[in-house]
Formats: sequence, structure tokens, C-alpha cells
Amino acid sequence: MTISDMQPKAEVKNLNFYYGSFQALKNLNMPVHDKKVTALIGPSGCGKSTFLRCFNRMHDLYPGNRYEGDIRLHPDDTNLLAREVDPIEVRMRISMVFQKPNPFPKSIFENVAYGLRVRGERNRRMLEERVETALRGAALWDEVKDRLDDLAYNLSGGQQQRLCIARALATDPEIMLFDEPTSALDPIATASIEELIADLKHKVTILIVTHNMQQAARVSDFTAYMYLGELIEFDVTDNIFIKPKKKQTEDYITGRFG
Amino acid sequence: MSAVAPNLQEIRAIIARHKRRDLMFAVCGVLALMIGVLTFTALFADMAMRGIPRLDLEFFTNFPSRKAERAGILSAWVGSTLVMMTTAFFAVPLGVAAGIYLEEYAPKNWMTDIIEINITNLAGVPSIVYGLLALGLFVYQFGFGQSILSAGLTLALLILPVVIVATREAIRSIPQMIREGSYALGATQWQTVRDHIVPYSMPGILTGVIIGMARAIGETAPVITIGALTFIAFLPPSPLEQEPPFINFDWLFSPFSVMPIQMFNWTSRPEAEFQINAAAAGFVLVLMTLAMNGLAIWIRYRLRKNIKW
Repeated sequence: MTISDMQPKAEVKNLNFYYGSFQALKNLNMPVHDKKVTALIGPSGCGKSTFLRCFNRMHDLYPGNRYEGDIRLHPDDTNLLAREVDPIEVRMRISMVFQKPNPFPKSIFENVAYGLRVRGERNRRMLEERVETALRGAALWDEVKDRLDDLAYNLSGGQQQRLCIARALATDPEIMLFDEPTSALDPIATASIEELIADLKHKVTILIVTHNMQQAARVSDFTAYMYLGELIEFDVTDNIFIKPKKKQTEDYITGRFG
Repeated sequence: MSAVAPNLQEIRAIIARHKRRDLMFAVCGVLALMIGVLTFTALFADMAMRGIPRLDLEFFTNFPSRKAERAGILSAWVGSTLVMMTTAFFAVPLGVAAGIYLEEYAPKNWMTDIIEINITNLAGVPSIVYGLLALGLFVYQFGFGQSILSAGLTLALLILPVVIVATREAIRSIPQMIREGSYALGATQWQTVRDHIVPYSMPGILTGVIIGMARAIGETAPVITIGALTFIAFLPPSPLEQEPPFINFDWLFSPFSVMPIQMFNWTSRPEAEFQINAAAAGFVLVLMTLAMNGLAIWIRYRLRKNIKW
């Protein structure tokens, strides 16, 4: 049995998305495989970030945005985009790491604990335990264990981004969304984040937007190539990079365009 | 001589002419600045020189008196302090809540645009107009009388626009990234406001509040309009008492005076001794205002140290 035959973690079906009257995503269909890394690539403005932000209903924060179609989350087959599904419930199941590290101006501990506090966790022992697990999961524990009460801003950029990963990890999400997580980081910090993503996929399903094709090739199992709001090609990453089926994908991959 | 050789003399003449204009403007600017600074310094120095010799402990602990050398500002500074406390008590929660609602909750449409324009306009309404409104509404309609409560509410109305605008500006300076970070973790709008928006905008809000208060403490017209006394020889009942329940709110309904009114009263007397009293009281009032502004700067500095975007 190959991975493609297994039940995916999520399935995107006929997804359309509109900013007011502008259609930003056009009839997208693809699976998101369980405990794998799926990369979204494509030139600027192709809608890859817009697509990613549908998964945690981030677009609901701003007026005039509209979804059509389904993102079905398994095993319960909930349509994340359904109007009757509360975006807060969706965000409690699917967490996100942003383009620029965005820690809160609070202590390291409070940053990681915030998702748990939002869920009503008050028990100090429990919080400490889960903050430690999350920081270990984000490969940051050894660097910060002696200064958990320090401000998060005192960390370096790469550490801040790993802190944001720990924050997103602390609530045991089913899917983690990464929106160009290394675009504000130097190459060494980038390498450590990529390593971390490779580790994390054993525990959680990952969807990552990247403008860096080498990064997609290095970290992902599946790749989707998007252009002007459409999904041009979706396949196992090796196939996309070695023998793409579509001429358009090949042109982008080989750098003839984009 | 080659064809491309520049006419250096002409270029230098042009530069010299332009630099002269630079200098002329700089001189004009300094003069304009000096008119403001020197006027204030002269006024303040004159007041300080006449007033400081009059300052002693008794000046602060004596009631006003018909004898200039025994008159003090006890009722005035106590009155100002109590009125300011009342003002802050009403203006801060109202202004902060209104600012948060407008910035975080209100839909962006023509209604909120109109409200926004009106709030900005309210900040420019002459304070006497607030005094007349308060006379009709607080003093007579609500029956609060010519009391500390009426004065506190009036000045609270007066500085409400300042507090709202300061709150909104402080909230607007919080990057959208921070809000998205909170929402992405599953926080509700109220959780985001309570845990992030309010704490991070607190330095800006406090600065706005204190600057508003510094304006209110010097206001005379609205306080006279609602009937503050110009001569008062007793203090409001103490807010704290020995027997349970220990806190007493009778002072809210007490007659009162405030610092600028005390000054106004003394300056209108013919005797030179009272003029000196007025200068001393004015000096104290300016110090109070400067101290409040200094506090605003210090709070902003302290709280912002932990917050950088």
C-alpha cells in the first residue's frame, strides 16, 4: 500500500476563495497526507499563503472574505470552512507559524503557555510540563531552560521562530501550518528550522508555504505548485522536481520563469 | 581651455546664495522658537521669584484667610486632588473601553467614521461649554449639587476625547502580527483584548490619561460654572474613617475649591500680599502639572522597555 492510498489527514475539495469580488483561489483539489510535509510553492501572488490561511480560517478576521467548497479534516470529516464550524475550534486543532517570528512581549514561558491558557489550563505543574515538552519538541529547551522568565525578545531571530514553533506545538495540533517560516532568518537559523520540521513530521501533519524551491525539495514529501490562484500540479516532491508532468511546473522549477 | 570645463565661480556663487537662504531660515526659526520659550520662561521665573519666598509648610496647611500672611492653599490642593481622583475614576474606564471598542470591535463603516470625527471635534470644544452642560445635567438634573462629584464628572467629560484618542493610537501601534498570533492559537476576541491589546497599549493609554489630567487640573472656567467656591474654610469629610466600613463617600457631595480658582480669587484682590500668594499658588500648580507630565514620560519609558515591535 502506498501513501496515496491511505486516508489523508485533510482533503481540499473544489475550494474557491474571494477577497471581496476578487477570486484569489480557483477550484483547488488536493489531499494533505497524514504525518507528512506538504509544500506549497509558486511565484509571488500565486495564492499559496492565501490557501494556507484557509486551513485555520485566518481570513475570517477580516471583512469581505468568502470561502466556497470544502477542506475536510479527518478522521471526523469536519468541513473546516463550513459556516457552522467555529473558526476558534478550527484554530484549536490547527496551529500556525508565521513568516516573521511574532512572539508576544511576555516571558518565554508565557509565550509557550498561552495556547494552553486560552484553553483554560490553570494547573501550574501541568503548564510547566507541557511548556517543557513543547520547548524540547522545538529544540529550544537546552538554550532557554535557565531563563524561562526572560522576555522572549531577548532571544535571537532563529530562537524566536523556534519559540513560535514551540508555542504552536504546545497544544498538540493535528496540523501545523508554516507560512514561509524562514524568510526572515539567516542561513544557519534556516537550517535549524528545516531540521526541526523534518523531526516534527513524525508527530504532526505539516503544511508549509515556501518561496525557496530548494527548501521545498529538502523538507517536503509532497509538493503543490500553484500559479495565479490555481493548483497546477500536485505530486510526490521527487516527481515534481525530477519529472514534472506539466510544462508550466518544469519552467518554474528550472528557473525559466518566476 | 576645454569645452567641458565648468564655470566654478558661477557654481560657487549659486551655492553661497542658497546657503545664505538656509541661514536666514534658521535664524527665523530660532527667533520663532525663542518667542515661545522666552515668554514662558519669563512668566515662570517672575512667578517663581515672587512666589517661592512665600512657600512654607503653613502655606500648604492653612485655609484661605482675610489676612494674606495667614492664608494658605489647604482647601485648594485637597480639592484639586479629590477632583482629579474622581475625574480619573470616571474618564479612564469610559475612555479606554470606548477606544478599545472603536479600534477592535466596531465595524469600519460610515457610522464609525462619523463617531471618530465627532470625538476628535469634542477635544476642541471650549471647556466653558462643558461647564454649562454639566451645570444643567449634573448639578440640577441629577441633583449632584455644586460638589466634587459634579466637578470630577465635568472634567472627566472634558478629557474623555483625549483618553479615547490616546487609547486608539496606542492600540493602533500594536502590529497585526501580534493579533494574528493570538487568534491563531484559538484565542477569542475578548481573550486577545484582555491578554494582549490592553497590556501592550498600557504605556500609551497611561500617557494619554496623565496628559489629559494635567490639562484638567488647570481648568478654571467649567469648575467656576458648576459653582466651585472661591473661599472655603473647611475640608471635605475624609474618605477614610476609623470605624467600619472605613471608607466614606460623603466627600463626593461636599463643596470644594480648586487651585486655579484659589489663584483667581487672590489675583482679584487689591492688596499686594495676595498677589504674592497667587504667585506662590501658581508656582505650586505649574509644578503639579510638570510633575504629572514627568510621570507620564517616566511611565512610558518604564513600560516600553519591555515592548518593542
